Amino acid sequence: MARRIATGDPTPVRWLLITVALGFLAVFLVLPLVAVLAEAFAKGVGAWWVALSGEDSRAAIRLTLIVAAIAVPLNVAFGLCASWAVAKYDFPGKSLLVSLIDLPFSVSPVISGLVWVLLFGAQGLLGPWLQAHDLKVVFAIPGIVLATVFVTFPFVARELIPLMEEQGRDEEEAAIVLGAGGLRTFWSVTLPNVKWGLLYGVLLCNARAMGEFGAVSVVSGHIRGLTNTMPLHVEILYNEYDFVGAFAVASLLALLAVVTLAAKTGLEWWHRDEIAASRRH
Amino acid sequence: MTAAARAGFRRVIPGFGPTLGLTLAYLSLVVLIPLAALLMKAAGMTPSQWLATLSDERMLAALRLSFGGALAAATINGVFGLLVAWVLVRYPFPGRKVVDAMVDLPFALPTAVAGIALTALWAPNGWIGKLLPFKVAFTPLGVMIAMIFIGLPFVVRSIEPVLEDVDQELEEAAASLGASRWQSFRMIVLPAIAPALLTGFSLAFARAVGEYGSVIFIAGNLPGVSEIAPLLIVTRLEQYDMVGATAIATIMLLVSFALLLLVNGVQKWHRERMGG
Amino acid sequence: MISVERLVKRFGAFKALDDVSLTVPEGKLMALLGPSGSGKTTLLRCLAGLDHADSGDIRLDGVDAAALRAKDRRVGFVFQHYALFRHMTVADNVGFGLKVRKGKDRPPAHEIAERVGRLLELVQLAGLAGRYPSQLSGGQRQRVALARALAVEPRLLLLDEPFGALDAQVRKDLRRWLRRLHDDMGLTSVFVTHDQEEALELADEVVVMNKGRIEQIGSPAEIYDHPASPFVFQFLGNANRLDCLVRQGVGAFGGWSFAARGVPDGPGVAFVRPHDVEVGPADGAAMAATLRHAIVLGPTVRLELSLPDQTPFEAELGREAFSRLDVSPGHAVGLTPRRVAAFPTQG
Repeated sequence: MARRIATGDPTPVRWLLITVALGFLAVFLVLPLVAVLAEAFAKGVGAWWVALSGEDSRAAIRLTLIVAAIAVPLNVAFGLCASWAVAKYDFPGKSLLVSLIDLPFSVSPVISGLVWVLLFGAQGLLGPWLQAHDLKVVFAIPGIVLATVFVTFPFVARELIPLMEEQGRDEEEAAIVLGAGGLRTFWSVTLPNVKWGLLYGVLLCNARAMGEFGAVSVVSGHIRGLTNTMPLHVEILYNEYDFVGAFAVASLLALLAVVTLAAKTGLEWWHRDEIAASRRH
Repeated sequence: MTAAARAGFRRVIPGFGPTLGLTLAYLSLVVLIPLAALLMKAAGMTPSQWLATLSDERMLAALRLSFGGALAAATINGVFGLLVAWVLVRYPFPGRKVVDAMVDLPFALPTAVAGIALTALWAPNGWIGKLLPFKVAFTPLGVMIAMIFIGLPFVVRSIEPVLEDVDQELEEAAASLGASRWQSFRMIVLPAIAPALLTGFSLAFARAVGEYGSVIFIAGNLPGVSEIAPLLIVTRLEQYDMVGATAIATIMLLVSFALLLLVNGVQKWHRERMGG
Repeated sequence: MISVERLVKRFGAFKALDDVSLTVPEGKLMALLGPSGSGKTTLLRCLAGLDHADSGDIRLDGVDAAALRAKDRRVGFVFQHYALFRHMTVADNVGFGLKVRKGKDRPPAHEIAERVGRLLELVQLAGLAGRYPSQLSGGQRQRVALARALAVEPRLLLLDEPFGALDAQVRKDLRRWLRRLHDDMGLTSVFVTHDQEEALELADEVVVMNKGRIEQIGSPAEIYDHPASPFVFQFLGNANRLDCLVRQGVGAFGGWSFAARGVPDGPGVAFVRPHDVEVGPADGAAMAATLRHAIVLGPTVRLELSLPDQTPFEAELGREAFSRLDVSPGHAVGLTPRRVAAFPTQG
């Protein structure tokens, strides 16, 4: 794009603003990331590996993967349902529904954990019933999954709703006039049109599911090797002044974040024509 | 009623019932019922319990810190987020794509990781803390640093698309009418992106109020000084003080929702004034 | 045969269709003509099963359409913005309606491919089978949409503003082509348009709609020569509107009187098209007028005139006739309308 004369700022101003912006980003975004890696490898790669291959660390990694493997598919299924319902039909109360879907974003993670304790904890509403049947939710894996589902609930729907709304209903109507049924229309018309948006949503949902700390912290009970996810394990090691161990586990999570961002950027870059085409109407 | 009249209730694209039904069921099970449990618990509290909670100095200090810190952090993010968005949208420079992608880091980086990283940087013996003549980590200032970190992308991502859509012809028109660059920014661009700035500000604020993971490591958690409200909820829980935890959570929820409603109201009013 | 019986469709308080009845004759090309908001697209969508009427019946070959879902109606629909599946190639788009058939209704793959090939040849896109919709021009997309709709061998082809999104030249070519295609394939088609020229040129039968009601149904010539209402007259082209008085079948405006058969006594309106008026010397003409401006529009000249009572009046005549007339702004001229349509004043 040619630089426009009237809206192009003088070069010194541009450079000053760029410098200030980049400086701010360097201090607040780049340095923390660098610090994680520097601390993780402060005592060499060997120490890093030892910290990661410990039994507790391995258990934490395993649990994190399990939780994400349950929470993400659930929220993907929900996200597809919700965005289809919201984008393809008109019904009263639609905007209220959309606000409610966004609700977990505005709830503190600690409260997202607390609600499950209030429902299923020993003093909770359903606590006595659970105890009578010898079921454990809070301070056990089901509680961790529930808290994670709550926190990551909106990600997929959030990504898909605006995309599907923008694409309208014409193509679905065309498919139906041509004789396609509902499921067929969804699989061969709607889904291909939103696949990159869906992938975005899944990536973000997964990153958050694996990295969630506050909500999980409240319901987990911090039982080493049993109910410790990776972020909780970071906290425990850190509080025990095992900095290399804490940062080693943290470096894995940071890697996850970087890979997520890279994948997101890559997607946007490779499929920008397609994304632009699917958003144009 | 004829067949055609009954058909009026039928929708052309099939699947309305099942998808909306599943959506509502899942939403209720996962979000609404649990939140209702919290509110029910709060509704069951006696006036004297509320009175005791509301006059608890430690809790008031924690709420002050959470809301005050979030307000300060969101304001700083409003300024710098606008600057970052402006630079990313308007000034092509080498590496802009990478920088743009990096802005999302606080979304993707687990909060506990951010928390210990920020502490490593801002602690008195940390990379940045060493250079400063005053303490940042383990003070309210540290709380604010963490809140700035997690709130930044909300502001940048809210403003960027709107700024891209601002027709540069408007600024050219302003320039041809004799406006300086600063005047056309202040009188043309800023009003156009003000709603987006408000959205970003309120999202960053809401996130910072409830933030836990990235704050607790750097805060020092000194009761009455650098203890945030979410941490106090956890503390109360660990003391098996369900009532105390519920009370703080309810207050935080209600205040957050009130603010969200207010922002929505302002934006609706703004949209209507702009005529669509 | 497709018939529509007393169809009513409301959107909230707005009546999109208000007691609409019509028949689409077999093998004909019918135009639904009207301004935006007149209900023409709603009617089209009801025929396709994409909207459901609040009351009234649609019968497709004698079968009550309410019993048929959109997917089972065997109706071809060409959307205004084509609604091509953007992630599918042209060939996949065209073959979609065949591929989604179930069981024995579904032709084998080679037959689908063959049929798609034939259709693409028919719409003159044989070389573009592997392209994606975003790689096509507007006119090409339009033809893909048409081929896709034809692939299911519809008993009725519906087109929503089929030329609305195209530029003028392409539009003209496609119009003629569509008319030929319609005749060659023996289709029954209904298309929606707001362009009276398009409707008059293309259709066998024109349905003029306004505010959810049908104003008139007829052949293009009938509609143009015998408009049933002031709305139809004005919608079909430029017209001078004169408030007149009618007594015993004779209208009077100023000193000019004209036949107003069938119009009751009282105030009325008379319409005169700009090209239906003779412009000559002031004396001996039906009306006197003063020339204000003369604007040359290629082969014709548009005269902006004003009548003695200051009513503006527009007339159109050929370049040669204008130079023979030899008048310039400010001169008096005489007007003699060749045709006039009179209606009672409404309300």
